[in-house]
Amino acid sequence: MSNSTAPALAGVCPLIISAIGQTPLLKIERFTTHLPDVSIFAKMEMFNPGGSVKDRPALQMILDAEASRELTHDRIILDSTSGNTGIAYAMIGAAMGYEVELVMPESVSVERRHVIQAYGARLVLSDPLEGSDGAILKCRDILAKNPDRYYKPDQYNNPSNPKAHELHTAPEIWEQTEGRVTHFIATLGTSGTLVGTGRRLKAFDPAVRVIAIEPPEFHGIEGLKNMDVSIVPGIYDDSVWDEKIQIETEASYEMARRLTRELGVMVGQSCGAAMAGALQVAERNPEATIVTIFPDSGEKYMSTPLWQ
Amino acid sequence: MAVTVRIPTPLRRFTNDQSDVEIDGGTVGEVVDNLEAAYAGIKEKLVDEAGDIRRFVNVYVNDEDIRFLDGAQTPVKAGDSVTIVPAIAGG
Repeated sequence: MSNSTAPALAGVCPLIISAIGQTPLLKIERFTTHLPDVSIFAKMEMFNPGGSVKDRPALQMILDAEASRELTHDRIILDSTSGNTGIAYAMIGAAMGYEVELVMPESVSVERRHVIQAYGARLVLSDPLEGSDGAILKCRDILAKNPDRYYKPDQYNNPSNPKAHELHTAPEIWEQTEGRVTHFIATLGTSGTLVGTGRRLKAFDPAVRVIAIEPPEFHGIEGLKNMDVSIVPGIYDDSVWDEKIQIETEASYEMARRLTRELGVMVGQSCGAAMAGALQVAERNPEATIVTIFPDSGEKYMSTPLWQ
Repeated sequence: MAVTVRIPTPLRRFTNDQSDVEIDGGTVGEVVDNLEAAYAGIKEKLVDEAGDIRRFVNVYVNDEDIRFLDGAQTPVKAGDSVTIVPAIAGG
């Protein structure tokens, strides 16, 4: 990315987006001391510069759209989001010189709105009652009125979303566990993380079990989607997972609080669901090497019932 | 004493896909009980075993969050709207 002729310095990034990916894998032993042969690892996506796993698909979608000339600097990046993808677009847009406009439900946490606006992106709020599906529909309307003004990555239907995880997240996990991963667990939102990472891990080793974590139909786990009551994303591929586990909101919050208070790992709501699912899988598979994804940190949820 | 209850999309399978339903009641709690009487199964999604509104469920009377009013005891009057707001899903 650098156009400098000087030799690159170790650890020096030419752009903030160069720091996306290569996140640490945290070993979590505290909750499975009764299962000495189980290993649980969490991929710590909060260490991406935008603070979440969504930096990966957002960057991939933008780079692929630049390469195909669908995205040029006279167009505004437009998409609907529940928050983290919006923050990723706003950060990457600032770094790469693109205007960004985002549609989010009015009920999104104030922290998310402020972060997005701090990066200079514009916000359009949709009816909170209609949730994320309402934001999706409103975003379609905005694009239909001015199709030449915008480029819409369309995170729910863009194959570059799971591709980011096929190209990067899965190989990182494979290397960090030295190929020992037996179970991969991820929560379902756009489904990009689960589909892309799961697909590539199964290509490395078809015996890897892929487990999807979903919320109940009416829940309070921000970022997660129950496919039975939502607009199903085009990238969703239910042939990737071997098993689906439903985690209740209360269990998810409780686990997020335990991770924070007992391990000092301040995580977001969906990390609690991922960890609760990982513990269920550990109980049933006492020799498993489990990898799950912790999508973000807890700081953006301070105003939500998670911490109130 | 009917109020308008605004139903979020994930719960509309209980209300025959209606987004707004008219329900009687003098408090939010009574409205929830009468909602259950009209549309069986919905209350359990909103209220925990102890009978309290679940912490993650956001309920507004007109534009006020009932957490900052009197919770389930918050009084309502004819013409008020009671809005149930879902979590932010996916991406």
